[in-house]
Amino acid sequence: MTIFTPKTEDEIVEALQWALSENAPVEVVGQGSKRNLGRPLQTEHTIALSEYSGVTLYEPDELVLSAKAGTPVAELETLLAENGQAFQFEPMDYGPLLGQASGQGTFGGLLATNLCGPRRLKSGSARDHVLGVRVVSGRGELFKSGGRVVKNVTGYDLSKGMANSWGTLGIATEITFKVLPAPETETTLVVRGLADDEAARAMAIAMGSSGEVASAAHLPVNVSGRVIDGDLNGDASTLLRLEGFAPSVNDRAAMLKGLLASAGTIADVSGDTSRKLWQEIRDVIPFADGTEQPVWRVSMVPMEAYKLVASLRMGAAVDAYYDWQGGLVWLRMEGEPEAEAVRALIKKYGGGHATLVRASTSLRAALPVFEPQPAPLAALSKRLKQQFDPSGILNPGRMVAGV
Amino acid sequence: MSGLLMPKADDATMSRRSDIVTALRTIVPGEGVVDATNAMRVFESDALTAYRQLPLVVVLPQTVAQVSRVLKYCHENNVKVVPRGSGTSLSGGALPLEDAVLLVMSRFNQILEIDYPNRVAVVQPGVTNLGITKAVEHEGFYYAPDPSSQIACSIGGNVAENSGGVHCLKYGLTANNVLGLEMVLITGEVVRLGGKHLDSEGYDLLGLMTGSEGLLGVVTEVTVRILQKPATARALMVGFPTSEQAGKCVADIIAGGVIPGGMEMMDRPAIHAAEDFVHAGYPLDVEALLIIELDGPVVEVDHLIGMVEAIANKNGASTCVISQSEEERMAFWAGRKAAFPAVGRISPDYLCMDGTIPRKELPKVLAGMRELSEKYGLRVANVFHAGDGNLHPLILYDANIPEELHKAEDFGADILRLCVKVGGVLTGEHGVGVEKRELMPEMFNEIDLNQQIRVKCAFDDKHLLNPGKVFPQLHRCAELGRMHVHRGQVPFPEIPRF
Repeated sequence: MTIFTPKTEDEIVEALQWALSENAPVEVVGQGSKRNLGRPLQTEHTIALSEYSGVTLYEPDELVLSAKAGTPVAELETLLAENGQAFQFEPMDYGPLLGQASGQGTFGGLLATNLCGPRRLKSGSARDHVLGVRVVSGRGELFKSGGRVVKNVTGYDLSKGMANSWGTLGIATEITFKVLPAPETETTLVVRGLADDEAARAMAIAMGSSGEVASAAHLPVNVSGRVIDGDLNGDASTLLRLEGFAPSVNDRAAMLKGLLASAGTIADVSGDTSRKLWQEIRDVIPFADGTEQPVWRVSMVPMEAYKLVASLRMGAAVDAYYDWQGGLVWLRMEGEPEAEAVRALIKKYGGGHATLVRASTSLRAALPVFEPQPAPLAALSKRLKQQFDPSGILNPGRMVAGV
Repeated sequence: MSGLLMPKADDATMSRRSDIVTALRTIVPGEGVVDATNAMRVFESDALTAYRQLPLVVVLPQTVAQVSRVLKYCHENNVKVVPRGSGTSLSGGALPLEDAVLLVMSRFNQILEIDYPNRVAVVQPGVTNLGITKAVEHEGFYYAPDPSSQIACSIGGNVAENSGGVHCLKYGLTANNVLGLEMVLITGEVVRLGGKHLDSEGYDLLGLMTGSEGLLGVVTEVTVRILQKPATARALMVGFPTSEQAGKCVADIIAGGVIPGGMEMMDRPAIHAAEDFVHAGYPLDVEALLIIELDGPVVEVDHLIGMVEAIANKNGASTCVISQSEEERMAFWAGRKAAFPAVGRISPDYLCMDGTIPRKELPKVLAGMRELSEKYGLRVANVFHAGDGNLHPLILYDANIPEELHKAEDFGADILRLCVKVGGVLTGEHGVGVEKRELMPEMFNEIDLNQQIRVKCAFDDKHLLNPGKVFPQLHRCAELGRMHVHRGQVPFPEIPRF
């Protein structure tokens, strides 16, 4: 059992070349904040990037930030906030859901798991904001891709290739992201008392309007009380978040209230309470209960997702809430994960994918944590893995057994 | 063609031409296979017209099954394939090869589904970019990326090139607006990436495909995000005595939290050419002109216009006109949109370059370009997507003067080297194609390029799809599979290797 904690890029290369020469698979982590997510690894050695940390370039006027992979995301967010900026894709923090402290995630982990948040609908995820990477591949070679400018089509976009690769293709050592000014004002409209299907329709109307809604979520009645200290207790809450300059936010809020007047009573949550609300939705606080009860993260077509939940409820006790206009479902199962049922229903209702983000180690070893791919696609993914990591030394089996 | 070296035509393929044509005819019946020289002439170049080449044969499939069978046949018989959409590439991405089938996707021109509640459109790849907007605008929606060729360019081509446009500063590139693809691999296998839902279950193959210039697969269906049109748009036309001031103004606007729908800059030669051509009312006594468009709800646009005007004045603007009507806004744009033909009027020919730089380096790059202009004895005019640092220098030359194209190309290459030197890149939105292929080593070392080629190997291990594009040299996949030995050594050399 060896834990490497490289302090330089050269040491990362050396560690991997050692692993290659020993033919010894390694686990790659930042601080290990997402160890309980994904298929469990059985490697003898670990490369931890926690000591390869620090900002290497930040030019607020140019909206660009580069940092080493082990830099805590929380540290970067503080730095950005001091300059009135933010990662617009608001990366979630899995800590609370997975029974860990919050603020442990690193920059490398953010890209490797393609984090995002409630703004995903309008502003994308990490893959939409990454500009460039330096990577040590599973061949022990350092390569770069992309750059520090927003508009760049020079060669394949290997930066996006690193997104959601869970450390199986290479170790990103240094990453460059686009950053943006943080919104000046934020407010949330809360439509009370809608059933899941009514909420899906209301959110579709709002998103399809000129209201420029930044995020749209629905908390059914039994979840609604579990955010912002119980302020929304008592009734289902459909949430529409508006951001921007104050005159515009106020104008759009008035427009949307008119548009949705017939849907139900509408209240406002603004400022810091609104920010707290969306952070809790982002970090799955309603299900951060300290247990290992199975939690699914399901991405589906927005107008179909509530049908999945309704169908599941006929056969099993589930707790669910929706983000992304209804298209992201957080599902907490009261009993078994019901993997086959969940995935069959996703196929039935327009397709998508489900990730078992929380479950006991034995369940995560036994079940496909990530959505299984059709054979030609699985084969293509496997070939891609082989081109980056021909010896299979990087996080083997983290995403798919045998890859 | 001007010194462009393409992969040597394969004699075996050339000698089998009639067999290949016959085989393709059994897959795509009727007029879907074109092999007469005269009829193939219209396909011999794309929008980079300096290079021309007749293909081996042209095939225009109509169904996914036909695409699959054509590719499978080509894979089994080692025949190269060049995919083509509308042929509007500015980098020669769709330039045919003498020994390759040209796979033209123009008959895939149907809009398959428009789904307003989920805000997506599912279209075939031959649908034009503007065609998507036309199909949804009666409901107040549009498709955001707007490359200037949007009336002609196909959405499949947009995916291949990761096309941008004036509005991509605020609304993103093709990669940020495509949710799903159906594509056919060179083996004939049909795969789907993403869909109407967000993100995908495994590697971001959609991200790798977007901008891959037809080297990884052939797209047969595209799912795009459609957005509600902004309620209003207004523009400011702002002139500055120096490009430094204009550049600072751009930086201050963005740092102030304002992301304009569009923010374009023109330099003095471009301003004069455009004004002479369309009489847009541009000031002629300035070194740099900004057109800044703000879109959104009326109150927001009014608010932002005030902010931007104050920033412009603070940075020493010598002219600042705010559009008071839709006609006036269109007039501001008329000159910018006509900049290319306007330059075409004052020069027999021009080359359009496409580098991106960190915005703050603009004055340095403009000064460098002036020096190069003197060195080569050729004029240059600049239009610039100022918000995202994407520079389009137009190099003026006369193809009838011997060696002048060659000189213009060398000038262009020097400009791109300068872009890379200041921290920028070779191409912001036009693609590498054949045009910038030889410059790739300016930006990437051998290891960088080899890792990109390895991605190609995962998709197309025989290098049959669009060879001769993007990479200066395509190493064989088997060669790349070997272990890289660093300075003749590997650590622990006594350990047996895989």
